[in-house]
Amino acid sequence: MTSSEARNFMSVQFAALSENESFARVVVAAFVSRLDPTMEELNDLKTVVSEAVTNCIIHGYDSDPAGVVSISASLENETVHLTIEDKGRGIEDLELAQQPLYTSKPELERSGMGFTIMENFMDEFEVISEPGRGTSISMKKTIVSKKALYN
Amino acid sequence: MNSHVEMEHHRGVLIVRLSGELDHHAADYVRMDMDEAIMRGQVEHLILSLKELQFMDSSGLGVILGRYKLIRSKGGKMAVCDATAPVKRLLEMSGLFKIMPLYDDESAALSDLEVAL
Repeated sequence: MTSSEARNFMSVQFAALSENESFARVVVAAFVSRLDPTMEELNDLKTVVSEAVTNCIIHGYDSDPAGVVSISASLENETVHLTIEDKGRGIEDLELAQQPLYTSKPELERSGMGFTIMENFMDEFEVISEPGRGTSISMKKTIVSKKALYN
Repeated sequence: MNSHVEMEHHRGVLIVRLSGELDHHAADYVRMDMDEAIMRGQVEHLILSLKELQFMDSSGLGVILGRYKLIRSKGGKMAVCDATAPVKRLLEMSGLFKIMPLYDDESAALSDLEVAL
């Protein structure tokens, strides 16, 4: 693929059901595949999508399937922009939530590593949350295409 | 793709082979399957074989840490083997190898644990 100036985008919305987590990973991976990412880059993206969507379902909506999870993604040159959001309960203490190993739901055997993984696997990462209104996570990652690696 | 759990008892060691994708959706089933086997059988130690595990996220880490606590509370040991590159990367990032060893394959993990038996 030649790197065109044109911006490409997509968005999806789905019910806050755990079986949709794999759907969300596959949708984003398929959208990004035109940038020819490496297996590692693709796995990083699938992992962060999984983390963010799981957070929406478990924490945003307390596993209530009536909730709606939204994903929007865009490609600008070789950079993937991802926004994953819910209209759920929001996060009271963002700083605490982002501490490695912290979880507000230890009874569910959560590892508390979700935010840490997202920060590590992406180039840029930002959380905006308002208690009672929802949480939005925006992330960026630049794909070093295989073509560039081989040349 | 779903996650599958295959188990084999080897004297006091339970070998659990995970395949497919271990995310939040699969975590509950995998956790229940493993706990049932651990509580029912003569299980002292646990080996988690991850050769066929295609995908794992922090929900999978939660499952591994939970089983580690359970086995430790019964005085046993836990080891991981055969992790694929992406799974290994996640386990490394989480610091898991500070609390349990990683082996190349099941037989290496078994022979090490059997010394302890």
